[in-house]
Amino acid sequence: MKKSRVVLKIIISVAIPAILALVFFAGQRPTAYYPVPLLKSTCPPGFKLNANNECIARNLYSQYATTNKAGVGGLKSALPEIRDGFSPQQIDLGRYLFFDPILSVDQTISCASCHDPNKGFSDGLAVSRGIDGHKLKRAAPSLYNVGYLKKLFWDGRASTLEEQMLEPLFSQVEMGNTPENLLSTVNEVDNYKKLFAEAFPNKPMDEPILLKEITKTIAAFQSTLVSLNSKYDQYAHGYDQALNKNEIEGLNIFRSFVARCAECHTPPLFTNQQFAVIGTPEPEGLPLDPGAEIPFDDKSLRGAFKVPSLRNIALTAPYMHSGRFKTLRETVQFYTDGRGHAVPEDENLLIHWHIWEPNLTDYEMDRLVDFLKTLTDESFKPEIPEVLPSGLKVST
Amino acid sequence: MKKKSPFIRIITAVVLIGTGIFLGKSFFGQKNIGTVPIPSSLKHRNVRLANDSVQAVYEQEFSGKIIEVKNGSSIQNAVKEANPGDLIRVYPGTYSENVYIDKDNISLQGVVINGEWPTLDGQKEINDAFLYSGNGILIENFKIIHYKGNGIMGQAGNNFTIRNNWIIDTGVYGIFPQYGKNGLVAHNVLSKIADAAIYIGMCDNVDVLHNEVFDNVAGIEIENSRHCLVENNYAHNNTGGLLAFVTPGLPIKTTFDVIFRNNFVVNNNHENFGAPGSTVSGIPSGTGILIMAADDVIVENNIITGNNNTGITIVDLATGAPKANDPNSEGNPDRVVILDNIMFENGNDPTGEIKAIMLTQMDTHGPDIFAYGGGSGSTIRDRNKYRTFGLENYGIAQISDTQDIPTMRTPAPVPPRSVSKEELGELTYYGVCAGCHAFGTRLIGPPTEILQAIHQDNPQGIVDYITAPKNLREDYPEMPPQDYLSEEAKMAVAEYILSLKH
Repeated sequence: MKKSRVVLKIIISVAIPAILALVFFAGQRPTAYYPVPLLKSTCPPGFKLNANNECIARNLYSQYATTNKAGVGGLKSALPEIRDGFSPQQIDLGRYLFFDPILSVDQTISCASCHDPNKGFSDGLAVSRGIDGHKLKRAAPSLYNVGYLKKLFWDGRASTLEEQMLEPLFSQVEMGNTPENLLSTVNEVDNYKKLFAEAFPNKPMDEPILLKEITKTIAAFQSTLVSLNSKYDQYAHGYDQALNKNEIEGLNIFRSFVARCAECHTPPLFTNQQFAVIGTPEPEGLPLDPGAEIPFDDKSLRGAFKVPSLRNIALTAPYMHSGRFKTLRETVQFYTDGRGHAVPEDENLLIHWHIWEPNLTDYEMDRLVDFLKTLTDESFKPEIPEVLPSGLKVST
Repeated sequence: MKKKSPFIRIITAVVLIGTGIFLGKSFFGQKNIGTVPIPSSLKHRNVRLANDSVQAVYEQEFSGKIIEVKNGSSIQNAVKEANPGDLIRVYPGTYSENVYIDKDNISLQGVVINGEWPTLDGQKEINDAFLYSGNGILIENFKIIHYKGNGIMGQAGNNFTIRNNWIIDTGVYGIFPQYGKNGLVAHNVLSKIADAAIYIGMCDNVDVLHNEVFDNVAGIEIENSRHCLVENNYAHNNTGGLLAFVTPGLPIKTTFDVIFRNNFVVNNNHENFGAPGSTVSGIPSGTGILIMAADDVIVENNIITGNNNTGITIVDLATGAPKANDPNSEGNPDRVVILDNIMFENGNDPTGEIKAIMLTQMDTHGPDIFAYGGGSGSTIRDRNKYRTFGLENYGIAQISDTQDIPTMRTPAPVPPRSVSKEELGELTYYGVCAGCHAFGTRLIGPPTEILQAIHQDNPQGIVDYITAPKNLREDYPEMPPQDYLSEEAKMAVAEYILSLKH
C-alpha cells in the first residue's frame, strides 16, 4: 500500500465524521458559534475568577475580621458584603451597556452621561440633566463602591441595583425609554444578541434579550466599581507615613466626637448606610426636598437622606442632594453653623442628634478638607469602550 | 552680754538657710522613687473575693520595650515610636495633647507619684484625649480634664482595657469604646460629663466594673450593645444613673443580654445639662435605672435609693424617644428580669410625664419601678417589695440570681483574623496590583507572566522592585512605589505572583 493512500484514508476517515458532526451541530444550534469571543474572560481589578467563572471581590480589607454585619467600625474593619459572583462576560457586557446611549429613548444619553468615570462617576452638576435637557431634582451620586450599598437613591427607595436602574431608564425626564421600546431596539442589534448569548450561555437560542438580563449585566458592571486604594487606605492598613501631619490632624478631627463626621460617615466605606435629617439648604428658590419621607410614607423622615459615602468625594463637587455647596470647605462649614440653621421657618424637621454646634475653627475645617482629599482613588477606573456594540458613539 | 559680730551673724544665717533648704528638699522635694510597672496581665483585682476572676488582659504578656514619657515631652511621640507589645509609661506632669493610637497591643500607663498624676488637659480647646483604633489597647492611671469631645474614645478596637482613670469634664463622653468586642472598663472615676460618663456604644462582651460616676447627665450607658455586665459601680447625682438603650438610626440595631448587678444607684437627681437634640437630653432628672427598648436586661442586687423620679424606668422607644424612628429597630423592651434589689425613697419629686401619670393614680410620688409601653416576657422576683406602676403583665422571675455569670467577656481574646501568607499575597495581588497587571494582557504595566519571567525564583527581586521601582521599560509608564505595603505583604505578594498559573 502506498503511503499516499494511507494518508488519504486517514484524511477521509477523519474528515467525513467531522463534516457530519459540523452539519449536525450546526443544524442544532445554528447561531451558537462565533469565531471570536467579544467579551473579556478575565475579571476586573479587585476581583478573582473562581472555578465557577464567577468574579469574587478580593482586597486588603478582606484580611480583617467581620465583627459586625453592617461593615462599620474603624481603620482595620471589614467591609459590608459586596454584590459579587457575576461572570467576567456579564461584567464586560454591562460595561458596554453602561456607556451605550441606545438605552435612552432618543439614543442621546447613557448611564455614563450622569455617572461619568472622568468625573468620579458623577456629572459635576448640582442636579443632573435628563433627555431634552430636563433638569432633574437631585444630584447624581458617585457609583464608586455602589456594590456595597444596601439602599440606593438619595432617599433609599431602591434596595438592589437592578430595581434602581429601572427608574432612570423609564423615567420620562431621565432616559425617557419604555421597556417595550428598549427591548425592541436592543434586540435589533445583532452584536448585542451575540454578546448576550455569550454572557448567558444557558439562554435558549430563540429567546430574545430580556430586561432582567440587561439590568443584571449593568448591575454586574456597577458592582465592580471599587475604590479602596486611597492614601487613607494605605494609612489604615498600617503605613503611618501615607498621611502627612495636616491630613492626620484632619483624620483626628473627622473621627473625634466634636465634629462627629465618622459617626455617620463610618469607615471603611465612609457611610453607615442609615438615613439622617441634617437640614441642608436647597438651592435658591427651591422648596425643601422631603427626601425619604415620600417613599417610606413617614413624617419623621421628612428631609432625611441616605448618608453618602465620602470615597472620591473630592472628585464629585458640588455637594449634598441638590448640589447646594460648591466646595468641600463650604460643605464642612455647614456642619458647624448650628443645628437646623438652614431649615425653612415653617418646617419642623427632626434633625439628627449628631448635628450640633461643634464650633470648629477655620483651621480645623481646613484640616478636614485636607483629610477628605485623601479618600481619592481611581486606580481601578474602568476602560471606556472605544466602539459600542450598537455602533453609536460613546456618550459620557 | 557681748554682741556677736555681724560677720558671725551672716555666717549663722547662711548656715541656717542652707540647712533649711536641705531639710526642705529632703522632706518635700521630688524623691527619686523607683516605680514598678504593673504587669499588663493583672488578673485578680479583689484578691479576697474567691470568685472574682476579672482577667484584665488575658495571656497577653507585656512583651515589648518600655518607653518613658516625662513632663514636657509628648505622649504621641512615644506612641509613634512604639511597636506592638510596648508599654508607654507616662510620669506626672501636664500633657495638653490629642493622643491617637492606630496600632495594636500598645499599653499606656500613667505613673502616679506622691499623689501627682500624669494629667491630660484639653484646656477646652482640644477635642479628645485618647483616640484608639488598635486592638489590645490598655489605658490606665491617667487624669483627664477639660477636653471638648471625649476622654477616651475607641473605634473598632477589640480586647481593650480602660481602668484606674480619673476623668473630669471631658465634653460629651468620658470613656466611649465604640464597635469594640471584648473589653473591660474598671475602677474609673468620672464626673461632669455632658452626656454619658461611660458609654458602651455598639460593642459586644464588655464588663463595666467598680467605677464611680457622678455629676454627669448619664452615668453608665449601654447602647446598641450586647453581652454587657455592669457591676459594683457607684452612680450618684447624675441625671440618670444606669441606662440600657436602643438608639434608633444606628447601623447596629440591638441591645440585649445586659446585667446591672451590685451597683449603688443613689440620688441621681442632677439637672439635665445634655446638649439639645441628644438622646440623653430627654432623660428626666431623678432617674435611677432606665431601660429603653433593650431586651434581656437583668437588674439584680442593686441599691437604688433617693432617685426623685423613679428607681427603675422601663419604656419602649415610642414612649422614651418618640421623635426617632427606624423601622429596623425593634422598640419594645422584652424579657426584662428584676431580681432582688434594695429600693426606697425613690420618686419623692417626680417630673413630667411620670408625675402626670402618677397623679392619675392619686399619687404624688413616683414609683420604685415604672413600666410603660410595649414589651413582653418580663418578670420580677418579688413585686410586693416595691411600689410599682405598669407591671401587671410581669410574671414571676424564673431565676433567682446570676451567680453563674462572673463575666460577659469572651473566654479568650478576640483573635485577629489570621490570613495565611498565601491569602495575604492573593488579597494584595487582586486588591492592589491587578489595577495595572493581569495575566495574558497588557494593562498599564507589563503582563504578570513577564514579571514572572524577570523574577523567576526570586521573590526578593519583586520586593525590591516594588519598594523602589526603576523604570526599565520605555514603552511602559513608571510604576509608583508600593512602599506603603508591609514587608510581610510585599513578600507575600511577590511569592503569589511567582506562583500564579494563569
